[in-house]
Amino acid sequence: MFDTLALASLPDEDEALRPKIRAVVQQAIADMPVESRAKSWLGFDAAFSRLLGQEGFLGLNLPKSYGGQERGPFARFVVVEELLAAGAPVAAHWIADRQSAPLILKFGTEAQREFYIPRVCRGEAFFCIGMSEPGAGSDLASVRTRAERTDKGWLVNGQKIWTTNSLHSDYMIALLRTSGKPEDRHAGLSQLIIDLKAPGVTIRPIVDLTGDAHFAEIFFENVELGADALIGNEGDGWKQVTAELAFERSGPERIYSSVVLLDAWVRHLQAVGRDDDATLAMVGGYTARLATLRAMSIACTARLALGESPVVEASLVKDLGTSLEQELPIAIGDDLGGHPDEPVDAGLYRALLYVTQIAPSFSLRGGTREILRGIIARGMGLR
Amino acid sequence: MDRNELLEPFDKMLEALSTPAQVRAIEGGAPYAPLWEELVQSGFLDALVPEHAGGAGLALADVGPLLQALGRHAVPLPVGETMLARYLLAAAGQAWPEGPIAFAVARAGQDTVVPSGLVASHVLLECDGALVLADAGSGNPQPTGVNGSLAARMRWDAVPAGTVLPAITGGLRAVAALVRATGMAGAAERLLEMTTAYANERVQFGKPIGRQQALQQNLAVMAEDVVASRLAAQLGCAGGVVASLAAVATAKSVTSAVAGRIAATAHAVHGAIGISEEYDLQLYVRRLYEWRLADGSESYWNRLLGKARLASADTSIDWVRAQLFA
Repeated sequence: MFDTLALASLPDEDEALRPKIRAVVQQAIADMPVESRAKSWLGFDAAFSRLLGQEGFLGLNLPKSYGGQERGPFARFVVVEELLAAGAPVAAHWIADRQSAPLILKFGTEAQREFYIPRVCRGEAFFCIGMSEPGAGSDLASVRTRAERTDKGWLVNGQKIWTTNSLHSDYMIALLRTSGKPEDRHAGLSQLIIDLKAPGVTIRPIVDLTGDAHFAEIFFENVELGADALIGNEGDGWKQVTAELAFERSGPERIYSSVVLLDAWVRHLQAVGRDDDATLAMVGGYTARLATLRAMSIACTARLALGESPVVEASLVKDLGTSLEQELPIAIGDDLGGHPDEPVDAGLYRALLYVTQIAPSFSLRGGTREILRGIIARGMGLR
Repeated sequence: MDRNELLEPFDKMLEALSTPAQVRAIEGGAPYAPLWEELVQSGFLDALVPEHAGGAGLALADVGPLLQALGRHAVPLPVGETMLARYLLAAAGQAWPEGPIAFAVARAGQDTVVPSGLVASHVLLECDGALVLADAGSGNPQPTGVNGSLAARMRWDAVPAGTVLPAITGGLRAVAALVRATGMAGAAERLLEMTTAYANERVQFGKPIGRQQALQQNLAVMAEDVVASRLAAQLGCAGGVVASLAAVATAKSVTSAVAGRIAATAHAVHGAIGISEEYDLQLYVRRLYEWRLADGSESYWNRLLGKARLASADTSIDWVRAQLFA
């Protein structure tokens, strides 16, 4: 079962990107404290994203004619792995690079491609995803926010919530109801690009339990969009969103959210010289699981590289990956708290509690655990 | 070579030879020689042996799927061990016997449990720093007393006479652990298939039990564990017969750590029938439990892996890349 997920290796030409991206990252984050690096893909730094664009590390999957690198998913794997291993602030370009630009490339008009994609590749156009709505959560098909056709284009009214980085983004790709009612479910949904500076858009940050505000709620009050805001075909929104989620769920981002913390903990163990059997077994167990997840993630990337859309396989890797990501801070907390006489570095302490607090989001973003397991069950022929 | 060109005929052969009835018969004490003769004739036992020594000269990465298939079919003989032993003997320029070879790591004067020890003519034995191929009888094999088990309790008071081989880097236990990890990945896969099929067939409350969301959630986790087992076993095999400590440890740690969860879900979904002797589930579950203990469980390999990891100043990702993905 799921035989297509088999050991694959990163091609040499993509592996060759590693020294250069590593040098860029090291220079940029040399002075960043561990607790900031532990924010991993929630760290927002527009200048860093522009630097990545200048150095050719954005748009790795996108055609050269639109400013991309035309390298494919393996190249992106190497670059993302290096970014996350170091804890570089990737949030600014993250969604545009991973989802929005590939979506526009696949479903957008030529004019949309030429307008948006080169700026994404330069790290100059940031996107957020407008899927969730109050009361909807994982039930995307129940979207209520409407876009109605007008003489000039579209008129948008409604509200989105839990959108990551919308405060700092230029555009939202929103899943909106363009016909029918919420009861019509998948039918009548479309994706539109919304300029977040348009009149009628109000963005209100949602401060989270760590004190940060990555999420926001966004209100649309008679927001006027041009006819060219529609991506793909009217009514195809559901199909397009499903394809988009395969990009989102399959990458290394779903296994490395706690890896900066893991490394900080290993350095702590090395510093205090603790090497009893229980400690060694714990380090070894997490190392083995991390290695296996890396193999699974590369296996999934190999399916993407073949042009497939491994929705079920990506769900499987994401669920297993986020389980490890969430288990790590709890286990490391027990380990450090279980040795109360060991001095713990202040940065490690802050990083640990930050990751512990934010970890519940790891299995929420991009599809909740229970929904993903439902997708896997369908792939097993159980539904 | 295309993986399937090798695997498909092997899998078909095992499907025909290692039927549940045959497995039960051999576990019950029936002679294994007729089954072994068929395996010898197939030529697959020499898959790893270099071509100049009369084998197929395949890498362990290519043969890994075959080792998994042995677990899928609960083959009641040490076929994987024999394939690897023949490779090691060929590499040492030594001839090999026709019969099945089991692996044993022992200390002189101490009992040790040898998987497939009751159905082996020879034992590749690591004892007191020596590596020797000896007659199985030299260890006075005794049943473990566990129902259906083909493992033997064996004991040597000194290194026995036999063909002497050069020591293996990392020890014989590491080679044996690869056989066990791949076998576990295969048995786990069979359990997943059986359990999924059963969930679709078994009707309760007017619908197949697999329609229950609670079961679907557990079966999805089971699938994740089974795929993780397969990839971990493949990582182990990618390093060759004498793999790095990290490769072996990862393979055996992950396959052993999830074995209990996989078996538990298989049983929970099957209900009481899964516990019965007559139903085939037990053939694979018993092996998972036995192989988890054999050649080092997850904590054994985790300790070794953790020690190696802590000795390095690399980041975790760099370390696993260098040790396992190079």
